[in-house]
Amino acid sequence: MERIPILRMGRFLLVTIQVDMHDQLALTLQDDLTERIVADRAKGVLIDISSLDVVDSFIGRMISNIAGMSRVLDAQTVVVGMRPAVAITLVELGLNLAGVRTALNVEKGMALLQNSTVA
Amino acid sequence: MKATERNPLVEVLRKHEAAILADWLKEQARAGVNHGDAAQEKELRHVSRDFLAAVNEGLASGDVEASGPAWARAREILASLSASRATQGYSPSETATFVFSLKQPVFERLRSEIGDAAQLAEAFWTSTLLIDRLGLFTTEAYQKTREEVISRQQRELLELSTPVVELWKDILALPLIGTLDSSRTQVVMESLLEKIVSSGASIAIIDITGVPTVDTLVAQHLMKTVAAARLMGADCIISGIRPQIAQTIVHLGVDLSQVTTKASLADAFLVALARTGARIEAAQAEAA
Repeated sequence: MERIPILRMGRFLLVTIQVDMHDQLALTLQDDLTERIVADRAKGVLIDISSLDVVDSFIGRMISNIAGMSRVLDAQTVVVGMRPAVAITLVELGLNLAGVRTALNVEKGMALLQNSTVA
Repeated sequence: MKATERNPLVEVLRKHEAAILADWLKEQARAGVNHGDAAQEKELRHVSRDFLAAVNEGLASGDVEASGPAWARAREILASLSASRATQGYSPSETATFVFSLKQPVFERLRSEIGDAAQLAEAFWTSTLLIDRLGLFTTEAYQKTREEVISRQQRELLELSTPVVELWKDILALPLIGTLDSSRTQVVMESLLEKIVSSGASIAIIDITGVPTVDTLVAQHLMKTVAAARLMGADCIISGIRPQIAQTIVHLGVDLSQVTTKASLADAFLVALARTGARIEAAQAEAA
C-alpha cells in the first residue's frame, strides 16, 4: 500500500509530501504519524510541502488536523516550503492554518523547532 | 450605394481637387485646427492633400459609406492623424474639425457646379453623410489612442508602485504607495512572496505611509498579504500608520490584533532587527 515516509531526525520527525494526497493516504499518514510521535517521543513534526504545486482545502484541513493531533501529543508542527502560489490560494480559500507554525525551508524549520523546544 | 449610378459628388471633387484643397486649408486655418509651428502646418498641408486624394480614391469605387476596402487609405490617414493629435494634447473637437472644415469648400463647389435643385440636394445629403462618418471615425480613433495611453499608464503604475526592498539580512520592506485595490494586492502579494523565497527573509515590513485611505477592503487586503507571508514562514510588521488611519481602523472595527503594528518604519525596523538577533549601536557609545 502507498505510504508517505516518516523520517526521524533526532527528536523530530520529518514528513515530506511529494504525491497527490487523497483520503486514504491522509488517514494512513495520520495513523502512522501519531504512532511514531508516541513511539519515538518526538518533540516536533516537520511537514515539507515544497514539492506540492497544488494545495486544496482538503490538504489544508489535513495539515491543520495533524497539527492539532501533534499538539495533543506534545509535539509542535512546522509546515515548511510552501510555494507563493500555494500560499495565495490558501489565503483566498480562507484557510490561514491558524495554530500551525511555518518556515521558509527545512533548515529554518529545524532551527525554529530547536529554539522552541529547548526553551 | 450603387457603383453604376453616376455620382455628381465624385465628378465635382475630382474636377476641383486643387481648389477645394486650397479652400479647405484656408478654412482649417480659420477654425484654428493647427496650434503648432510652421513645420507642423506644412505637415498638416501634406496630410490634407493626401487625405483628399484618398477620399477621391474611395469615392471612385462608388462606395459613399466610407466603410469598404477602397477607403482603407483615407481611414489610415485619419487614424494616424488622430493618434498624433491625441498625444499632442489637442481636444477631440479640434481633431474632428480637421474633417468637418472640409464641408464648406465641398458644398460651395457643389452649388456652383450642379444646377438641378433635386440633384444638388441629393449631393449635399451624400457628402454630409460621408463627412460626418469620417468625422466620427476621427473622434473614435482619437478616443482609442487616449484609452491606450491611459491603460498603458495604469500598467506602468502597477509595476512601478510595488517594489520590495531588502533592508537587512532576512528583513524585507514593502513600501506601499497609492490605493490598494484587489488587482494591486495580488501583484503586491506575488512580488512579496517571490522575494521572500529568493532572499530567504524571515521578516517583512509593510509600510503604508503612502496609502491615502484605509477602509475595510484595504485592511482585508493587507491581512491577506500578511496571512500569505505567514504561510511562507515570514512574519509581517505593518508600519507607517498615520494617526488618522489609526482612528479610522478602530472606528471601522477592523481587527489588526493578529499583526504587529508600528507607527514608523524606523520602529518596525528596530523590532525586526531584534527578532533576527541583530542590533544597531551608536559608534560613539562604543568608543566610550
